[in-house]
Amino acid sequence: MTDSSESSGTSEDKAGTASSVEPEPEAGTVTEPEPATAPATAAGPVPAAGSGIAPTAFLEVRDLQVHFPTDDGLVKSVDGLSFALEKGKTLGIVGESGSGKSVTSLAVMGLHRASRQQRSKVRMSGEIWLDGKELVGAEPDEVRRLRGREMAMIFQDPLSALHPYYTVGQQIVEAYRVHNDVDKKTARKRAVEMLDRVGIPQPDKRVDDHPHQFSGGMRQRAMIAMALVNNPELLIADEPTTALDVTVQAQILDLIRDLQKEFGSAVVIITHDLGVVAELADDLLVMYGGRCVERGPAERIFATPQHPYTWGLLGSMPRIDRDQTDRLIPVKGAPPSLINVPSGCAFHPRCPYADVPKDNLTRTVRPELGQVDGGHFSACHMAPQERERIWTEEIAPKL
Amino acid sequence: MTETTDDESQNTPADGPGDAASPAASDAEPLLRVRGLMRHFPITKGLLKRQVGAVQAVDGIDFDVYPGETLGVVGESGCGKSTMGRLITRLDEPTGGSIEFEGKDITHLSTGRLRPMRRDVQMIFQDPYGSLNPRHTIGGIIGTPFRLQGVEPEGGVKKEVQRLLELVGLSPEHYNRYPHEFSGGQRQRIGIARALALKPKLVVADEPVSALDVSIQAQVVNLMDDLQDELGLTYVIIAHDLSVIRHVSDRIAVMYLGKIVELSDRASLYASPLHPYTKALLSAVPVPDPKRRTERDRILLKGDVPSPINPPSGCRFRTRCWKATEVCTTTEPPLVALRTGHQVACHHPEPVTGEPAAAGGAGGKESTGGHA
Ligand SMILES: Nc1ncnc2c1ncn2[C@@H]1O[C@H](COP(=O)(O)OP(=O)(O)OP(=O)(O)O)[C@@H](O)[C@H]1O
Ligand SMILES: Nc1ncnc2c1ncn2[C@@H]1O[C@H](COP(=O)(O)OP(=O)(O)O)[C@@H](O)[C@H]1O
Ligand code: SF4
Ligand code: SF4
Ligand SMILES: [Mg+2]
Ligand SMILES: [Mg+2]
Repeated sequence: MTDSSESSGTSEDKAGTASSVEPEPEAGTVTEPEPATAPATAAGPVPAAGSGIAPTAFLEVRDLQVHFPTDDGLVKSVDGLSFALEKGKTLGIVGESGSGKSVTSLAVMGLHRASRQQRSKVRMSGEIWLDGKELVGAEPDEVRRLRGREMAMIFQDPLSALHPYYTVGQQIVEAYRVHNDVDKKTARKRAVEMLDRVGIPQPDKRVDDHPHQFSGGMRQRAMIAMALVNNPELLIADEPTTALDVTVQAQILDLIRDLQKEFGSAVVIITHDLGVVAELADDLLVMYGGRCVERGPAERIFATPQHPYTWGLLGSMPRIDRDQTDRLIPVKGAPPSLINVPSGCAFHPRCPYADVPKDNLTRTVRPELGQVDGGHFSACHMAPQERERIWTEEIAPKL
Repeated sequence: MTETTDDESQNTPADGPGDAASPAASDAEPLLRVRGLMRHFPITKGLLKRQVGAVQAVDGIDFDVYPGETLGVVGESGCGKSTMGRLITRLDEPTGGSIEFEGKDITHLSTGRLRPMRRDVQMIFQDPYGSLNPRHTIGGIIGTPFRLQGVEPEGGVKKEVQRLLELVGLSPEHYNRYPHEFSGGQRQRIGIARALALKPKLVVADEPVSALDVSIQAQVVNLMDDLQDELGLTYVIIAHDLSVIRHVSDRIAVMYLGKIVELSDRASLYASPLHPYTKALLSAVPVPDPKRRTERDRILLKGDVPSPINPPSGCRFRTRCWKATEVCTTTEPPLVALRTGHQVACHHPEPVTGEPAAAGGAGGKESTGGHA
């Protein structure tokens, strides 16, 4: 199905012409049951890419594909991903390392195509709609103007986002003045205010510090201050707390939650930690091998997860909120290479139930997302009754 | 520094009842006995390398490790966990205190005299990528300990390495492969195989799973568990993840800024932590259950961990503690047993029989405000 994107030339001429990509059967099946007027949510239906119809959701990603040609072969980092997000809501994206989470977030931010050099190394297709504007086909300059103002990003490693040479204040001032026509003094006042807002003690003094004079947690806060200085309507946080201790993590998650409440932004939080998404997310999207294997309202996915991979994630983690278990239930094997994604269901080499669906279906046909019940989707060949039985009899009692 | 405190803790009989330095029911001799352990890294200045201060990475800690048990060590980044691990394996030399292994003082043994003990005590490192030499084959890496120790295993090194590979769930055919051909979880298994080569008695694992994905973490945790049963290993497992620590440990030491602030049986610690810091740590662990986010009383600590170069006087946690009073500034609280198998170093510990939940609420209220 990716033939078209592989055979076409550069990403540049590819980008805008999402219509050349064949619509995914996935999108077709999921749209059906919902009335056309229903507001799209991360859990809800997402129309096929190529429809070109502006969505009603604030952020909507349709059949996104991000492939990187390399010497070893084509890396299909993201291979047909769709989701939607409303303002004021938080979407959590979880998955193992290398499942395509960061590539997805960089795609939304337009960062794979920011420079000519990057553009020549990536093949992107599909649609990303932000507030009625389509970004995959948009001019990189146009996307750059949105970046920092309408959408902002928090990275895992704050040092990669903060310049070591400039003071924290200078960097926040710069970020503010790019999008606001104000004098330096006003901008500095704004920087101090933001540092205060994210809980930096003595912000009027610390504003003149260099990043290396901040602790890890403070740098993370400074980066959040910088990301939020223009009140972005979309905030993408990619593993914002992975490098931090739990006590600092709790502070940062609280901060993101408060700020979202105050500004009503849409937030995408990317993490491999199911605990972190459970703290923040309204909706959840589970990624495996560059694709979504399960998505829906967070409460429902945690209460009745449908996909064997999601079961695996839940069984692998020791839980402090449950009675001590004797043994963890790991997922066997290792995550797939995105150059050679297993045929059929990408999870089949690791799935204990790969032989449950008949006729070797699991290894030959790729399962598409199907609706479980209102807003909850899963991509697995097992029949619903079978999944239900395995979940209640075999999985749930052991968690 | 506070000599009295160290002396006091040293006086506590290590195997007496109610002493958390020992597991409640054990009369056995400890495998490892640590008293007043200290590691200060000197900070020097100028050409003459005049010492102007010290990083008090580990500053007077006492604990015992008993045969067959797992002692977990938790604490935030920089609190001295890894330094402690390097000291008890004698990869580094203490600047104070003592370490006894099987009753023998190894605190200051020279490299040569340490050699026999090196067989018995092994370390597993955090980084499955950095700790394996990329230019050596797996066979070479796992076989190194035999060469270093001049040991010829029965049936030869190759055969023994292949047996070890199977033991940790890898294929003996991997013998001639290189580390880059393996995933993170597999590399960690290689590190474990190398640590087990000489049939050690004590294995110190520094963040053995924190660089791995959750699904892979569980594989390695289960493997370490099986190996402990099979080979009768004793573990000291260092980690910052409180859920992992609860899963793997029999007893747990909580560290803060170079000190052990609480040392307890697992059940007692998680059911009712006595130290405010432990309480805050436990309350901060994210729980994979969205329904619980509203019910939880989270204690948000203010600010950051102070520098170990200039730790606060008295109790080191006082700059972030919502219960701190005058005495916390002036006097360092000693580590004392308040319950059987549960020691804590705090002037105002949580009520020993109290409802943890009720106390958490009060603490939460006073201590929020990490940000305005
Ligand atoms: N060789 C050294 N020279 C000077 N200071 C050091 C040295 N090694 C460690 N330290 C300092 O000692 C303190 C304790 O470090 P250590 O590595 O033991 O922390 P840790 O608890 O293992 O932290 P983490 O969870 O981040 O691994 C830190 O302040 C560290 O910077
Ligand atoms: N610029 C690039 N060129 C080639 N491959 C890439 C590039 N960026 C990411 N990848 C690959 O894409 C896959 C997904 O990466 P990423 O989205 O960073 O994973 P994660 O889910 O851990 O954030 C990985 O296999 C990664 O190696
Ligand atoms: S489709 Fe088959 S292999 Fe994939 S998750 Fe379902 S049962 Fe497992
Ligand atoms: S001794 Fe004082 S400052 Fe230290 S933890 Fe106890 S109450 Fe808090
Ligand atoms: Mg990533
Ligand atoms: Mg460490």
